[in-house]
Amino acid sequence: MTAETLAQVVVSGLLTGMIYALIAAGLSLIFGLMDVVNFAHGEFLMTAMYATFVLYITLSIDPLFLLPLVALFLFTIGVVVYRVLIVRALSVKVNSGMVQIFATFGLGIFLRGVAQFVFSPDFKSLRGTMLSDKTVSVAGVFMPLPQLAASLVCVVAFIGLWLLTTKTHFGRALEATREDSEAVALIGVDRHFIFAMGWGIGAAAVGVAGAMLATFYYISPGVGVTFALIAYVVVALGGFGSLPGALVAGLSIGLVEALTTLLIPPSLKQVGVFALYLLVLFVRPRGLFGNL
Amino acid sequence: MATSSVSAAGVSAQLDLGERRRRRQALSGIVVLAILLLLPLGISDVNVQNILILTLMYTALSQSWNILGGYCGQISLGHALYFGIGAYVSTLLFTKLGIPPMLGMIAAGLVASAIALVVSWPCFRLSGHYYAIATIVIAETVYLLFLNWDWVGSALGIQIRFTGESWMTFQFRTAKLPYYYAFLGLAAVLWLASYWVENSKWGFYWRAVKDNPIAAQSLGVRLFRSKMAAAGASAFFTGVSGSFYAQYVGYIDPDSMMNAQLSILICLPAVLGGIGTLWGPAVGAAVLIPVTELTRSYLGGSGSGTDLILYGVLIMAVATLKPEGLTGLLRIDGRIKPVAAPADPASSTHAA
Repeated sequence: MTAETLAQVVVSGLLTGMIYALIAAGLSLIFGLMDVVNFAHGEFLMTAMYATFVLYITLSIDPLFLLPLVALFLFTIGVVVYRVLIVRALSVKVNSGMVQIFATFGLGIFLRGVAQFVFSPDFKSLRGTMLSDKTVSVAGVFMPLPQLAASLVCVVAFIGLWLLTTKTHFGRALEATREDSEAVALIGVDRHFIFAMGWGIGAAAVGVAGAMLATFYYISPGVGVTFALIAYVVVALGGFGSLPGALVAGLSIGLVEALTTLLIPPSLKQVGVFALYLLVLFVRPRGLFGNL
Repeated sequence: MATSSVSAAGVSAQLDLGERRRRRQALSGIVVLAILLLLPLGISDVNVQNILILTLMYTALSQSWNILGGYCGQISLGHALYFGIGAYVSTLLFTKLGIPPMLGMIAAGLVASAIALVVSWPCFRLSGHYYAIATIVIAETVYLLFLNWDWVGSALGIQIRFTGESWMTFQFRTAKLPYYYAFLGLAAVLWLASYWVENSKWGFYWRAVKDNPIAAQSLGVRLFRSKMAAAGASAFFTGVSGSFYAQYVGYIDPDSMMNAQLSILICLPAVLGGIGTLWGPAVGAAVLIPVTELTRSYLGGSGSGTDLILYGVLIMAVATLKPEGLTGLLRIDGRIKPVAAPADPASSTHAA
């Protein structure tokens, strides 16, 4: 193996890792805010990919410009899911542990079923977009343009998310609600509004990732499952609720996955990632950056 | 003195209540078993027989899951792992070493149980969502490994060769009834196990672990050991069901024996019927499996996604509207009106 191959693998691992990081950021945001794991997160991603597909086919606008539309669509889904499903699930008194898992788990299965019903289980892909089939080469390392663009968009989205949660008034309200959702009600913060926004923003983040992913990855009803598993691993690794943790863990997972393909068949590439997860689980259950 | 006699009377009244509930449960068990023993005599339609067999299998599977997920409160979303391991162990013992599946299924259960103990060792340090995620990841990892492992047939799977009809090899080419009675037997054993759990020391341990682990620990329940016992028992029966099913369909591959959808189908009947209840898994399976099979035959194959839509809607509806399950609706669990369980510390202080 030459140094060039290694550089190639590392770069492609980081490009993928950035997408993982953004997907995980959405999951982590919701979890950190209200201690609820969205088991339909992969299906949110899948929904974003199909939304991009449908909009591209019907409007013939390049996916890059569809990005705000898809993000807005997913934001709406996130808010509606909170208002309709999550509020009810949180107010249940009997079997509450089971309910919190199965409410979103059921939503995920439902969304997958709808996708399969509407679009059939066949794989779809976007062809003839502005970026497709183009590559750039930097210092002998080739990067497919769609992957590169996706990573850059994810970097921008990640920075936006970070600024939003740390530098704005809304971010402070979010942080305060995370700390003590009962107390913020006393100072006039509507916690249901904050929670709904949290779900909206978390879903929008995965929407951006999905829209970009759709430009180079096949689309199918089950596509979210693998990505969601990786997102759980990223979040568990980075610490639930931690954005910097999601970034570092996302990039690491991308790297590990790419490097695994050098050693074992590509069909097993996730095994390396999962093994890493189990190792961390064993050594440090709260994750690398978790402070639970 | 007066207070102690009052509380003693209260205790004996409660014991009486428990005894009455137990008798009611036992009676309901005998009646249902008698009906199910006679039921196939009047049915010759092969499709209906198949639906009955699948219903009994998912009853047994969900009862196994219920031991860990329901009574002990550890929600596993990766039980397909133990089912698949069970199917593979008995099949490999049969095809590679010629050991008949009737013996192989015991090995299947034991191996599944052993794997559950190994897997649970690190996982039981996690609680709630974390545990559920870990079970999905582990099941998915093993699924990927089997998909790529040539010695166990990889993605192509293993065809179980037919060696003549016999109970020892558990192979019947034309008759379906032996499988019906085998799964009925398994479901009955698991019903008895659940009945025993409901009224034994372990059952009380497990429910204590589920309702309030810290309080349970302070009263001397060994959390880790209780959870491990539940995981081992749950996986054993799931593994045995897996080896039964392998003999029933005669062909195994990772996709039909280990995929994530199967994990959903294993816990769904219990969730639907009532998690942690004696009749929940059976009621859930009796509703879910026939409905699934019928929608499948009327609305096209499983590729259309209608089955997933149905599962999803059912799960969301039960979780948010009737979290105690259908048995709570029908009140057939022999329970006297349940005292509002303190779901979380905040609400219980309000109640007090």
